[in-house]
Amino acid sequence: MKYKTPYPELLSTAIIWAIAASVTGALLWLLSDVFWHGMSQVNWEFLTQSPSNAGREGGIAPIIVSTALIVGVCLVVSIPLGVGTAVLIAEFAANKSILGRLVRLSLDVLAGVPSIVFGLFGNAFFCKTLGMGFSILSGGLTLACMVLPILIRSTQEGFRAVPDDYRRSAAALGVSRIATLWELLLPAAMPGVAVGLLLGLGRAIAETAALIFTSGYVDRMPESLWDSGRSLSVHIYDLAMNVSGGEANAYASALVLVSFLVLINSAISWLAQRFRQSKILVV
Amino acid sequence: MAIASGAIVLLILLFLIWETLPILQIIGLARFFNDPAWHPTSEEFNLVPMLWGTLFVTVGSILIATPIGILSAVFCHYYAPKAIANLYRRAIELLAGIPSVVYGFWGLVVLVPIIGRIHPPGPSLLTGILILTLMILPTITLVADASLASVPSEYLRGCASCGLGRWATVRGVVFPAAKSGLITGVILATGRAIGETMAVLMVCGNVVQTPKDIFEPVRTLTANIALEMAYAVGNHRAALFVTGLVLMVMIIALVIAAELLNKGHIYEQ
Repeated sequence: MKYKTPYPELLSTAIIWAIAASVTGALLWLLSDVFWHGMSQVNWEFLTQSPSNAGREGGIAPIIVSTALIVGVCLVVSIPLGVGTAVLIAEFAANKSILGRLVRLSLDVLAGVPSIVFGLFGNAFFCKTLGMGFSILSGGLTLACMVLPILIRSTQEGFRAVPDDYRRSAAALGVSRIATLWELLLPAAMPGVAVGLLLGLGRAIAETAALIFTSGYVDRMPESLWDSGRSLSVHIYDLAMNVSGGEANAYASALVLVSFLVLINSAISWLAQRFRQSKILVV
Repeated sequence: MAIASGAIVLLILLFLIWETLPILQIIGLARFFNDPAWHPTSEEFNLVPMLWGTLFVTVGSILIATPIGILSAVFCHYYAPKAIANLYRRAIELLAGIPSVVYGFWGLVVLVPIIGRIHPPGPSLLTGILILTLMILPTITLVADASLASVPSEYLRGCASCGLGRWATVRGVVFPAAKSGLITGVILATGRAIGETMAVLMVCGNVVQTPKDIFEPVRTLTANIALEMAYAVGNHRAALFVTGLVLMVMIIALVIAAELLNKGHIYEQ
């Protein structure tokens, strides 16, 4: 007797392949739409000129500079804070200690806080209470709060991947904990830190809602960190919603933004792959 | 430093409460739920239509994204050849990396006109649900992917030796074994859907009303803040912070639920 594949098996196989195909299709639709419409607009002039006529014409040079500054402030603040916290949780606080658990719980909450609530907080704290006003500094600091949990989680993973033998050997040799950390564990955990950094960078570049009320709308070239600056994502939002006829340039800006993110994304998966293969990089 | 990082959550809560305290003391929390309408400039603060908006958009997108997301992970593990599975994973990661403002923009120029042709006006609950589905899908898939990977391989070999087919294995053995991970993914995605601002703001139409069908425009809590924060002063501004506080309470409840479910670390499976 010939074996026949049961009917539910065939049906489920068909459905699952169809789902995978349609999800891929949706992604390709979105990407090709942005690429197709954006490509005809993006050129050297677009990247180096200032926007004019509310962004309908001209380029996005000041907006790229503002975005870079905001993200720069964000990373400069969040990296030391994030890596420090991760070291403490992973290496120094016992797993069950109350402090460790509290910090971990609050980080889980922090990771879930909606970006618009970060915007409210940034507006109330950095702009009003600390008197920074609508500025690149307020925007960057708000973003720093936002990417912190991502950075910490990934760095922690990096530290967890370092084999305990390293720690025991160092202890047996009488190396102090600080020296062990600095000379041995930190270099070994570097891939985790790097992945976290890229993930945070991606999140920071993509963010809009937290920036509208903290770094503001101004599309001139920023002169200092105290100036208001418009990020690329806010620019897209403004062109799409508030400027009629801004669609072409919105597409072009979206293409620039998506290209950055695809680049970051590829770097992450390349790094993660290397990380998984060798488990630990010998530096 | 760890204390500083942990304290940020407290600082956020503190500031939300600090900004809302005056209005809560003067007019009380109850009026946010039984005022006649949302006219913040004339002191009417009814948040209920926005609550419904957030609820409908979230529930709708979760209902669609959960089966698609989980079956996507199943596809990667049990159905696709290895090369295709890896490609598909990359596609999902890419989907997760696309900024919400780009989703919103694409929804606005591509989806809204299509929906508008089927049933005007176009910007509607349905458009919001579709865009959000695409956005929270990667969260569900990536978490499900990780929890499917942790199903012990003896289970699978046992199933194979009993002559069970793929689907029978997945439904009968893998899903029960990976249940808590799958549910965690859905909870995380719910949080993301509730908190999403830009995409929803751009495709939902933002009319303050309780929608009667899926083709009517809605406004969510997050969109409410983003739309009015720019010009809000005094009690109006405080009312928007109340909106933020409501969102925050929802998120904390979800995180605690996920925490209880997983007895510890949500993201660290």
